[in-house]
Amino acid sequence: MLNEKPVFGFPLPRIDGPLKVTGTAPYAAEYHAPGMLFGYAAQATIASGRIASIDTAEAEAYPGVAKVYTHKNRPSVAWRDKKWKDEVALPGHPFRPLENDRILFGGQPVALVVAESFEAARDAAELIRIEYHPDEPHTDITVERAKSYVPPEARKDSMVPTDPRGDAEGAYEAAPFKIDVEYLQQGEHHNPMELFASTAIRNEDGTLTVYDKTQGSQNSHDYVCNVFGLKPENVRVVNAYVGGAFGSGLRPKHQLFFAVMASLDLKRSVKVEMSRSEMFYLTWRPATIQRMQFAANADGTLASVRHHAIQATSLREDYQENVVNWSGLTYKCDNVKLSYELAKTTMSTPGDMRAPGAATAFLALESAMDELAYEVGMDPLEFRGKNFVSYDQNDDLQITSKELDTCYRVGAERFGWDKRSHEPGSMRDGNDLIGWGVATGVWEATLTQAEAKVRLFPDGKITVMAAASDIGTGTYTILAQVAAQELGQPADRVSVLIGDSTLPKTSVEGGSWTAASSGSAVQAGCMEIRKTLLSLAQKMDNHPFGNAPVEELAIRDNRLVLDRNDQMGLSIADILGHHGMSSVEGHGKVAPDQEQAKKYTSFTHGAVFVEVRIDAELGVPRVTRVVSAIDAGRIINPKTARSQILGGVVMGLGMALHEEGMIDHRTGRIMNHNLAEYHVPAHADVHDIDVIFIEEEDKMASPIGVKGLGEIGIIGVGAAVANAIFHATGTRHRHFPITIDKIMEGLPQ
Amino acid sequence: MRPFSYTRAETLGDAMAALAANPTARVLAGGTNLIDLMKYDVERPAAIVDINRLPLKEIEELPDGGLRIGALVSNAALAYHPAVTERYPLLASAILAGASPQLRNAATTGGNLLQRTRCYYFYDPSTPCNKREPGSGCGAIGGVNRIHAILGASEHCIATHPSDMCVALAALAAIVEVEGPDGRRDIPFADFHRLPGDHPERDNTMRQGEIITAVRLECNHFARHHSYLKLRDRLSYAFALVSVAAALDVKDGMIVDIRVALGGVAHKPWRDSLAEAEFAGQPATEETFAALADRLLAGAEGQGDNDFKIPMARKAIVRALKQAAAGTPQVQSDKRIR
Amino acid sequence: MDIATAHAQPKTRVALTINGHRHDLEIHPWVTLLDLLRGPMQLNGTKKGCDHGQCGACTVLIDGERINSCLKLAVTLDGTNVTTIEGLGTPDEMHPVQKAFVEHDAYQCGYCTPGQICSAVALLREGYARSREEIREMMSGNLCRCGAYTNIADAIQDVMEQEVKVGMREAAE
Repeated sequence: MLNEKPVFGFPLPRIDGPLKVTGTAPYAAEYHAPGMLFGYAAQATIASGRIASIDTAEAEAYPGVAKVYTHKNRPSVAWRDKKWKDEVALPGHPFRPLENDRILFGGQPVALVVAESFEAARDAAELIRIEYHPDEPHTDITVERAKSYVPPEARKDSMVPTDPRGDAEGAYEAAPFKIDVEYLQQGEHHNPMELFASTAIRNEDGTLTVYDKTQGSQNSHDYVCNVFGLKPENVRVVNAYVGGAFGSGLRPKHQLFFAVMASLDLKRSVKVEMSRSEMFYLTWRPATIQRMQFAANADGTLASVRHHAIQATSLREDYQENVVNWSGLTYKCDNVKLSYELAKTTMSTPGDMRAPGAATAFLALESAMDELAYEVGMDPLEFRGKNFVSYDQNDDLQITSKELDTCYRVGAERFGWDKRSHEPGSMRDGNDLIGWGVATGVWEATLTQAEAKVRLFPDGKITVMAAASDIGTGTYTILAQVAAQELGQPADRVSVLIGDSTLPKTSVEGGSWTAASSGSAVQAGCMEIRKTLLSLAQKMDNHPFGNAPVEELAIRDNRLVLDRNDQMGLSIADILGHHGMSSVEGHGKVAPDQEQAKKYTSFTHGAVFVEVRIDAELGVPRVTRVVSAIDAGRIINPKTARSQILGGVVMGLGMALHEEGMIDHRTGRIMNHNLAEYHVPAHADVHDIDVIFIEEEDKMASPIGVKGLGEIGIIGVGAAVANAIFHATGTRHRHFPITIDKIMEGLPQ
Repeated sequence: MRPFSYTRAETLGDAMAALAANPTARVLAGGTNLIDLMKYDVERPAAIVDINRLPLKEIEELPDGGLRIGALVSNAALAYHPAVTERYPLLASAILAGASPQLRNAATTGGNLLQRTRCYYFYDPSTPCNKREPGSGCGAIGGVNRIHAILGASEHCIATHPSDMCVALAALAAIVEVEGPDGRRDIPFADFHRLPGDHPERDNTMRQGEIITAVRLECNHFARHHSYLKLRDRLSYAFALVSVAAALDVKDGMIVDIRVALGGVAHKPWRDSLAEAEFAGQPATEETFAALADRLLAGAEGQGDNDFKIPMARKAIVRALKQAAAGTPQVQSDKRIR
Repeated sequence: MDIATAHAQPKTRVALTINGHRHDLEIHPWVTLLDLLRGPMQLNGTKKGCDHGQCGACTVLIDGERINSCLKLAVTLDGTNVTTIEGLGTPDEMHPVQKAFVEHDAYQCGYCTPGQICSAVALLREGYARSREEIREMMSGNLCRCGAYTNIADAIQDVMEQEVKVGMREAAE
């Protein structure tokens, strides 16, 4: 059946689905070995200071405990910072678990108990007695902003604010309509459902196989080899199934260090799984303050854009995001000034969380655009359309494809935006105040270096191999579809091997680049197979291909044929058989085109429309409708693609309404470090979400025409909700999340 | 979790003997709160007495038209029992507003009464908490106190009781039956939970060695006019910021009996029956309800983060009473407030 | 009781029927059903997401009722029937709810999925949820951070409609 359908664009159910729904897909903590030990970490209860004393006697005496590790007895590991820097490390000094007595952030791991059972490790960890010399914690961004600074070393060039253009101050002063507002967003926590875990299996020959919860098996592999001085061939890291990560798994986490450390030291297999509360102190989307000084001319065109952001980072690393540059490229404006600073806190180092930078930026940018539209007295969608820009004004680059205007139009039609009345509080249904909000989203479409191997067998079966990860994104399925499409086979003939450091080189899974990069690498591998098959065939007597170039060839029904006349061809089995080969392999590689990058840049775009209904007395908010129109290039699998957008929207709802780490700034502790009090959206919070793809094959963005989907779905959602709340109630909320109490206090009297 | 000894009690006598034998023993029924707290190292019982085998799972009709609910009846079984849905729909609704279906399947009637607070500081052994560790101080005062009490708090504790079911039971003036070394006794619901005062470590008025055996409901006239309205930070599977159990007996537009119990605002389900009594005979109108709300919240005091609870509670009381008066109780799966 | 004494006491005997197979076990009383399943039993399908009844990933069916296995001490379950995700179906022979989850892409990372499916199976059996909003409310004890909620509701509604059709057909016959 699948054979008859085009494989690209077909909503193929995930090929890993049957394993996931039957509980047979193994995640990092789900590997077992005879004699395995279990590790459990103890965490600091202060956010800053030193360990005065640490008494592990009682824990060590606990029945079943093998060893307790602290900074006093940590086995020797790499000393130089360079060895601790992973593929996506930041400017500064990476965290080294159990390095010394210093406490740099709340919840820092300070000991590891290793025991014969999970229960013994967990329960003994409670018996470790630690005295501290506490220092004053610094965790409140609204206080620490006083000591903000420009990061001396940029994380990436793209994160450095673009140079000012025009005269932003002068244009602001001269413009008839203006806003000068500040947005505050509290820190968020990734909270993938799977707990961070690493299972280090000690093989008979002393080598290690580590099952790690990570977004990059090779990143974890290299980290382990560097930190522990191991030979690359003696360590294999596997992340075949990853129970969500959203960026939290980009950098190696302390459980990986602990599992390998204990396994090497005790010469046993060791599993270390975190607790949920431990994960709140692991990394986070940093608290951010954004000041937006925007002005518009009488005709509704933007006169001036100034965007200044201050983000929290940790004491030892300068985590940075691209926050402000979005304000210079989303809309047409000739007078722009952007600036970005950090503020040190005694929190764990922030980390990328779904659409890092952009999710935060567009919360403020798209709220500010809404505010300015109301100042001008223009419909917020019309205002955005009025300021549409077709090129990247920051770097003066052409954009490879931009269907944002179509997203506005199609999204608005589906949503019924033309029935919106402009005045806040003007739409009501019984007790419900109704608000409609819109926001734009933009994310960079990136191609990273990636490799893949593809092997085709005589019976048409295909194996695809790459170190890529599937963190719920559908990587298994779309790589199968790419190979099937390119080699003319039904998708069910493709086996996909990913999530293993021994497979062909791939970057960490992030930034929405996996489909574009690994997909293109698979395509390149398939192309190599076709070339090889053709040259093999052309060595055979009486072959029908003449001097035809590979572009004129196709594979149909397991035969290599001329595309224009598929009667002319040879079966793959015959070609391989003739040469005594059991399979044919292609090795695909892709890398960004540096020449193209001098003239072009690529983005995904989205327009998100939201309806909120708010109880007119009590302020209870319900997001009753969402339409998300997305321009992300070619859609390989509409089913998994749609899911990516749904997921982004849902996380955006949490960002808008619920999610915030509530810190007691006296102690630096996150008080709601659990899933009962840190509220991620539940089923009841999420009504139906309409996803529309504005498809365009963008072969400049990536060879397979894909632009990426993982981030774009969340971008703008928070602002669209906030704008809808403004439309419903007339109150502009600038502190996120917008919880029920804030809404209630802002209701019209 | 601290190691403990485990006893599976086959009879009430067994259970009481096991409790008597070890003063730090704790009774285990559904376990949804006790096991949770043991894993956080908040509860550290040296002995667990498992009472799940005891014959306390029946819901009995009483001769006076009331119901006797065995302490081990699950929250789900209670919420969906025909006698409850027909005669005590306020109770059914309150139960379904709480927790999740999984937790309601496990949690028991007696256990729900003994739920401990969700105060962040109580749950975090690295912080001071007079309820967890008497004399250590209260972290919530001056700390993160969004979910804390606005009524009846003390300088030692500003925690709230987290139950939804108990708010309805307070409004319905249930009776708690307990059995202990000194025999059986009845505790009126209003006297079951305590305010923190100088002893926040004591949530209720049960005595050492006592076990809840049942909760009794009297015949009531609230099946038509009632509502359980719960306000929270997400639309389901979240504890109440403020909840209201409202029940009315109305004749010709005049109040015969009015009951209002509040959840999420105090160390116990908050009810003032003297205040309620003053409103008997008054018209069942919004003005009356607002006056009652003002009366109930007269002494309310915020802690900073939770100041919003005072206006929120006021509005919620009026709204819930309006829903009750109109005979349009809040439906828990319907997130639109009626 | 001190720790050594507690550990020295004899383990508790428990008979559990898990996915139709009876197991006679001797375990420490502080072992939860979840840790028993994921550890010694190597039934990894039941997931640990919070270990405190706050996420639903560990949902299993005990005597047919959905329960958070992280909050149940295994010793308290003597004589019960436990059904885990592995007991509902296999990759080659999926339960109708499992099939519907695959068809509707009612998951992404797959980690909350076994809990969602066990919960959905129980929801269908309970019969209290009929409308879309009732499904949403009665699935709210299962968090999904990937945000597959609408697809999960679609999958459940699909099975519910199939069951209604089967019921009507059976009634007609």
